[in-house]
Amino acid sequence: MAQAPVLPRGFELPLEPRLPRIGSVDAVALEERAATLAKRSIKKESKLQAFELAVRMMDLTTLEGADTPGKVAALCSKAVRPDPVDRSVPSVAAVCVYPNLVPTAVARLRGTSVRVASVATGFPSGHVPLESKLAEVRWVVEQGADEVDMVIDRGAFLSGRYAKVYDEVVKVKDACGEAHLKVILETGELGTYDNVRRASLLAMAAGADFIKTSTGKINPAATLPVMLCMLEAIRDVHEETGRVVGMKPAGGIRTAKQAVQHLVVLHETLGLQWLTPDLYRFGASSLLNDVLMQIRKQKTGHYQSSDYFTKD
Amino acid sequence: MAVERTQKPLTPALTEWEYAPAPEAREIVSLQERYGLFIGGEFVDPKSKEWVSTISPATEEHLAEVAYADAADVDLAVKAARAAYENGWSAMAPAERAKVIFRIARIVQERSRELAVLESLNGGKPIRESRDVDVPLAAAHFFYYAGWADKLEYAFPNRRPKPLGVAGQIIPWNFPLLMLAWKIAPALAAGNTVVLKPAETTPLTALLFADICRQAELPAGVVNIVTGDGRAGAALVQHEDVDKIAFTGSTEVGKAIQRELAGTGKKLTLELGGKAANIVFDDAALDGAIEGIVNGIYFNQGHVCCAGSRLLVQESIYEATVAKLKRRLETLRLGDPLDKNTDVGAINSKLQLDKITELVESGKDEGAEIYQPPCRLPEKGYWFAPTVFTNVAQSHRIAQEEIFGPVLSVMTFRTPEEAVEKANNTPYGLSAGVWTEKGSRILWMAERLRAGVVWANTFNRFDPASPFGGYKESGFGREGGRHGLEPYLSFEGSESWGG
Repeated sequence: MAQAPVLPRGFELPLEPRLPRIGSVDAVALEERAATLAKRSIKKESKLQAFELAVRMMDLTTLEGADTPGKVAALCSKAVRPDPVDRSVPSVAAVCVYPNLVPTAVARLRGTSVRVASVATGFPSGHVPLESKLAEVRWVVEQGADEVDMVIDRGAFLSGRYAKVYDEVVKVKDACGEAHLKVILETGELGTYDNVRRASLLAMAAGADFIKTSTGKINPAATLPVMLCMLEAIRDVHEETGRVVGMKPAGGIRTAKQAVQHLVVLHETLGLQWLTPDLYRFGASSLLNDVLMQIRKQKTGHYQSSDYFTKD
Repeated sequence: MAVERTQKPLTPALTEWEYAPAPEAREIVSLQERYGLFIGGEFVDPKSKEWVSTISPATEEHLAEVAYADAADVDLAVKAARAAYENGWSAMAPAERAKVIFRIARIVQERSRELAVLESLNGGKPIRESRDVDVPLAAAHFFYYAGWADKLEYAFPNRRPKPLGVAGQIIPWNFPLLMLAWKIAPALAAGNTVVLKPAETTPLTALLFADICRQAELPAGVVNIVTGDGRAGAALVQHEDVDKIAFTGSTEVGKAIQRELAGTGKKLTLELGGKAANIVFDDAALDGAIEGIVNGIYFNQGHVCCAGSRLLVQESIYEATVAKLKRRLETLRLGDPLDKNTDVGAINSKLQLDKITELVESGKDEGAEIYQPPCRLPEKGYWFAPTVFTNVAQSHRIAQEEIFGPVLSVMTFRTPEEAVEKANNTPYGLSAGVWTEKGSRILWMAERLRAGVVWANTFNRFDPASPFGGYKESGFGREGGRHGLEPYLSFEGSESWGG
């Protein structure tokens, strides 16, 4: 296995008074803070603002064995114009698909603002040889994917082979070229918040543009405390090195209310600077329709049946 | 071969996201114009004929007129309590007594929104705290002590516990309903009757509680509530037919009460001031510790006797900790106590605001460095911005005196021994906090800290099953848990402490 390369600035051994390099997370305090923020009451104009932002931040996702070009094409149309009735609703940030469906998505989204994200590196388990992972990444980028969502090797991480995890992220980042790299930690398999923090720092040190909670195949996925834990790691890296890393919770976010809670946690942990699709995404499939329904409710004062929103 | 790629631009970040006002509805509370004294199960006009306005400290608006009791009124209340004690309450089957206290607990839960809104209205604390902390904990105390009422023989085996008689209870303005529950629940469970004097500035939830007593069919006279100022409190302390005094409040008044009671044979428990140290070691889970520091001193605007008002940080993480703390302070939302998003509410009274202001000025004069996050203070009402002092010396007044406001003094230490020495270097001894990921160090510290409560990796956490009380000038006697029953009982052949 290759040696871990020289670490970027800010990740050398501490030689002056500073935070512990990895540090630890107090589970009780973390969960309590997340629960407190979840109780914020977001109403009226501030609520509508949050809903529209959530749409702009959405990575509309389909990751099924049954995915077909037809299904992906429908999803792409939805991504560009989520609500055919209300044209003021913006497009989502990206469509997220399996590698084989990247060409379809790229063709359907050419000329629009919606990006194409592809999962890669033996998603969802990551248990494939490094060479396959890199080949897969190169292929999806060649096919036109703007963003790559890789998974870390949890087997390596949980057996303490952090260098292997690190090394793979560095190589995948290199293979991405210009494409943005999101690193999926699969927090539901990591077991502790300490591990979530360690994996977050590892991924950021190795060059992740985004860190992402989950594949969506494992429960629990993007819980609020897990997200807060990752945001705190992003904050520490930013404060110490100035590097700005994005965040993508994915899996289990199904309601507009949950999305608003996520945005509150983001807002009160990292500030306004992060309230942009450049630095925050929701990985979700069923969330979009609930947000659309709530937007219409905010604008008209009435709920409408789910039959008035397209199912794709 | 790479395909031709043009980065698709994304839409920009929000430039602001102001949360719209989210006030809890006030309509659930219906205030009367005037509240008399609650004596013998009825609201009666005071013999003193004195009525005083009670206000909302957030807006200075008048809420209601409340009777001010004099010695004659207190005498009537004590007589009513004595009569209720003699005529049934002390002889009632303990399981029946338990039933009534359980009923009170349930009604407190049922009327929790009403109580929370009124508590925030009259006291200035954020609705988030009265809704999530004060009221649920008050109900929990009644549930807990109701359970003991028919098990006293088991709580104190072979000691033949008996009620004392009439308990006079004087409570502060920082947790009006919760302190009422801490006092009344164990007293009733032990078979005593009660005369309670709420604080001058925050009488309203106690008066609503009087209504709850009636609703729960508590026999008349078992709980009597006399509102008023220090004169009513003094009359209660001096009354010959009171068997026990329980006081929560300032050390100054506590000392005066102890002098007054010396030699009278009345039992006494005092829960007084504090100047707690919150001690953060370099291996602590720092973001969690920051939450604990904030909760320790800005919870309830720092109007907490066990507030973590002195922050002791290990010097090697001092700068990182202060930077994180300041950043966290910027996210605190100060304003309308009834807004569900408010973190920091109003200062309880003009008097308290003046005291905080005076001590903060002394901190500046003595050379400490002040930091306050940018925040707009409302024009009306009593407000003070969350404040951190750095460069504080142990000899500064802000490191020694209880400020009872949202003001934190930060100091450093180098070794665990030094942390213990500095933490204990105060006339008070109510609480302390220790933040470290090292279990053995928590135990080592807890053995050496002279404080009634030592929290590890948390702060300001309460539970009815856990005893609470102080060392040294923070008072004596314990409230909560089995320990909290003891001050309300006499035991055959032995004198319990505190009299």
